[in-house]
Amino acid sequence: MVEFAGWDMPVQYNGVIEEHLAVRGRAGLFDVSHMGEVEVRGAGALDFCQKLTPNDLSRLKPGQAQYNLLLNERGGTVDDIVIYPLKADHVFICVNASNTDKDFDWIAKHGGANVKVENTSERYVQIALQGPLAEKILQRLTAARLEELKTFYFFFGAVGGIDSMVARTGYTGEDGFEIFCESSEGEKLWDALMDAGSEHGLQAAGLGARDTLRLERALPLYGHELDDVTTPLEAGLDWVVKFSKDSFLGREALLKQKQEGIRRRLVGLEMSDPGIARSHYPIFRTGERTGEVTSGTKSPTLGKAIAMAYVRAEHAAVGNSVEVEIRGRRAAARIVPLPFYRRQPVK
Amino acid sequence: MEFPEGLKYSKEHEWVLVEDKVAIIGITEFAEHELGDVVYVELPEVGEKVVKDDPFAAVESVKAVSDVFAPVSGTVLEINDTLPENPETINDDPYGDGWMIKVEMTDKDDLKDLMSAEEYAEYIEQQKEEDDDDDEEEKRKDEDEDEE
Repeated sequence: MVEFAGWDMPVQYNGVIEEHLAVRGRAGLFDVSHMGEVEVRGAGALDFCQKLTPNDLSRLKPGQAQYNLLLNERGGTVDDIVIYPLKADHVFICVNASNTDKDFDWIAKHGGANVKVENTSERYVQIALQGPLAEKILQRLTAARLEELKTFYFFFGAVGGIDSMVARTGYTGEDGFEIFCESSEGEKLWDALMDAGSEHGLQAAGLGARDTLRLERALPLYGHELDDVTTPLEAGLDWVVKFSKDSFLGREALLKQKQEGIRRRLVGLEMSDPGIARSHYPIFRTGERTGEVTSGTKSPTLGKAIAMAYVRAEHAAVGNSVEVEIRGRRAAARIVPLPFYRRQPVK
Repeated sequence: MEFPEGLKYSKEHEWVLVEDKVAIIGITEFAEHELGDVVYVELPEVGEKVVKDDPFAAVESVKAVSDVFAPVSGTVLEINDTLPENPETINDDPYGDGWMIKVEMTDKDDLKDLMSAEEYAEYIEQQKEEDDDDDEEEKRKDEDEDEE
């Protein structure tokens, strides 16, 4: 167990690699109750969220959730979040554990008189069931027809008799679900899922595998690829930023950055020399410092050392050779397309 | 957890097997267990000098990198060159095929600072208790903060 944002979290159950491969090949179960929840209520709830965030909530259909961001006035990233509009007057937001208080303060500060913002993180547990067999396993516990639930859609229903919100979302690059329920029912939900998954080889998985899985799929981790001074345009999250919207917090700064040119970009690296690039290792291009690694590991799926890094925009082209300084030694690496891993479509 | 008799142990969780002036060095089962799956090992070259308490190698799991500290000073006579290809050997057999380097010691007095198997087992227990104490302290701090 390790401490993470005030939570005692399992890093691993049976070993990071074993858990990682179980999620890619079968299914894994993650207790991600540390994730924070912020709820916005009131007549103006959805409008307020639409003005606060860069993605376009007006495009969502009922029961559809959205990956989105909280940005500051400079276009820097306060957090990356998932927004679940429950009703026009009730929006449920899932935020990063380490940012829960910051996000709550941020949202509350910008909310006007006609919204009520509440930090309900203590109320819910969140369990992520991820992997190609996730649907099969969850279907044993719910009457809902899961094959009809598309990616990033959610519903309320019973899972193993427990009132839950089920979303087809995740942080692993596999198909899967994130299930929220009242904290008091969390253990029961975990046990029900583990039972339902026993004959499908469901593996309990920890923070270690969660990190290697999201890294292969190039999903950003706040504090690594994203922070208060990093904009979504630098982070390759252009698709989240809808300039077609008249206004959202951070729009002017991002527009200015776009016009003036992005100076650094998030890239994928694959090591050519032996060694593993780790967070904060410096990167050089023809002897000149060009950036820094944000996350790196040896990819359990690919068997190669991979990393994400920020480099100067003029050096960011795929195919470029760079060097990573690993404990005083320069090791060759090459810029490769992101993500490192993408699951094959089932159909 | 196993700490074979006949080996000497350091506080940084290396083991040493002494054969006259030669020390064979690796990391303990406790260390490999804490690290998790080892995926990369960086070793010194034959002929290099290692200095007691300085890092001489790096062992990496998927999640982190750890320095390995020399329990004795000396000159590297031989390295386990199967490790770069098969780093998981350190998890599978930390006291056998997972050995890391052989060193010709410059001063056998270095060995006096190392622990016996029994002492090391006690040391590990103490470390665990201290960790638990730290956790307790953290919790108390959190509670204090909550009250504020």
